[in-house]
Amino acid sequence: MVKAYRPNTLTEALEILSTEKCTIMAGGTDLMVQRARGSAVLPGFDRPLMFVGHLKELQKIYQDEEGIHIGAAAILTDMMEHELIPGIFKEMIGQMASPPTRNMATIAGNICNASPAGDTLPYLYAVNAQIVLQSTDQKRIIATRDFIISPKKTCIKPDEILVKIIIPAKEYSNNYYRKLGQRKGMSLTKVSLLGMADVVDGNILDLHIALGSVAASIVHSPKIEKSMISKKAGEIKEMAEEIVKQYADLIRPIDDARSTAIYRKKASLRLIKDFMENISQE
Amino acid sequence: MIIEFTLNNEKVKMDVEPTMRVLDLLRNDLGMSSVKEGCGEGECGACVILVDGRAMNSCMLPAGAIVNRSIVTLEGFKHTEQFKVIEAGLLKAGSVQCGFCTPGFVMAIESLLNQNPDPTDEEIKEGLSGNLCRCTGYNMIIKGVRLAIEKGAGLW
Repeated sequence: MVKAYRPNTLTEALEILSTEKCTIMAGGTDLMVQRARGSAVLPGFDRPLMFVGHLKELQKIYQDEEGIHIGAAAILTDMMEHELIPGIFKEMIGQMASPPTRNMATIAGNICNASPAGDTLPYLYAVNAQIVLQSTDQKRIIATRDFIISPKKTCIKPDEILVKIIIPAKEYSNNYYRKLGQRKGMSLTKVSLLGMADVVDGNILDLHIALGSVAASIVHSPKIEKSMISKKAGEIKEMAEEIVKQYADLIRPIDDARSTAIYRKKASLRLIKDFMENISQE
Repeated sequence: MIIEFTLNNEKVKMDVEPTMRVLDLLRNDLGMSSVKEGCGEGECGACVILVDGRAMNSCMLPAGAIVNRSIVTLEGFKHTEQFKVIEAGLLKAGSVQCGFCTPGFVMAIESLLNQNPDPTDEEIKEGLSGNLCRCTGYNMIIKGVRLAIEKGAGLW
């Protein structure tokens, strides 16, 4: 029988973690499936389990001068229904899994699972979301792209809990999200592209592109983005071929159960071109 | 781990393996046979139950996470007015064939109508997108939900 903790407060949870390595579980929608061993058999956990999904301190969504704070154990449904969450982020979340799963799954779970197909990640990379990690004696704040090291691997330490995510309180004038999957509902991502831009009077003031499921981590290049910022929207169309070429070097997909490398590469480059054409019409 | 929760409005206190799937707890230990196992990985919706009024996949829910929460399965829900209306709608529209997916669908329909008493057809499809049916087809199920909404106006 695996030992399990159900702390009543975050402080209590951190105290336990300071002396014992645990597997932290919030919604369970990834962990329970990854560790499943079949019908009526207990899932296989090698460390004591700590339930944190019930901790109210980890569920809050609020705004202050730093931005919008999303509690680690906020469930996807609550984010979709919350007035503070930017519209395009809600749209992305609404395409994840199904309502029963969104009623359980948490934002921190999607981040800590560190899958290249994690559907909240393109947004968190694009807006440079900050991950807040807490232990008994210190608080670390780290950018999402630095937090996720490789597929399934993050830099969280055994005595830390991911307590919240901070995103900028900002909506863009142009928002584009395409998730390609086998079917509309309940599909895991083959390729996704998030594009966001601020276009004012035909001038591109800001622009972000992030792609999911097409490399070992989310593809997001501030350098390529910078080459498009402060250009006229009309000029973007002529730049498209060169920009697509630059992204082609960063996109390194694999063959897996859901799709093939060649499909992912072709489809993702076409999505980039489509987003740029959309912008150029502004 | 000793846990306390409510099952179909009755208090339950029991010693459980904290990692046990609530699906197994309900089916095998508590006799709730309406809760079915289909895929076992959150894709088919056959194991959907209500937790504090919201649909959840019990195959991915560990027993340690339901402490102090209210669980409703079809065994409890069938005594409500809402169930009678949903049942009548599904029967009239011919939404049930083999019936394996039906309990999960009924719980997902209740969860949907709790959140949105007057959904469009598109919203019904989205609300039930986590439930698979392999015999009837979805149009008859959507029609059944429509009939339930018409007949049950004011219940949700």
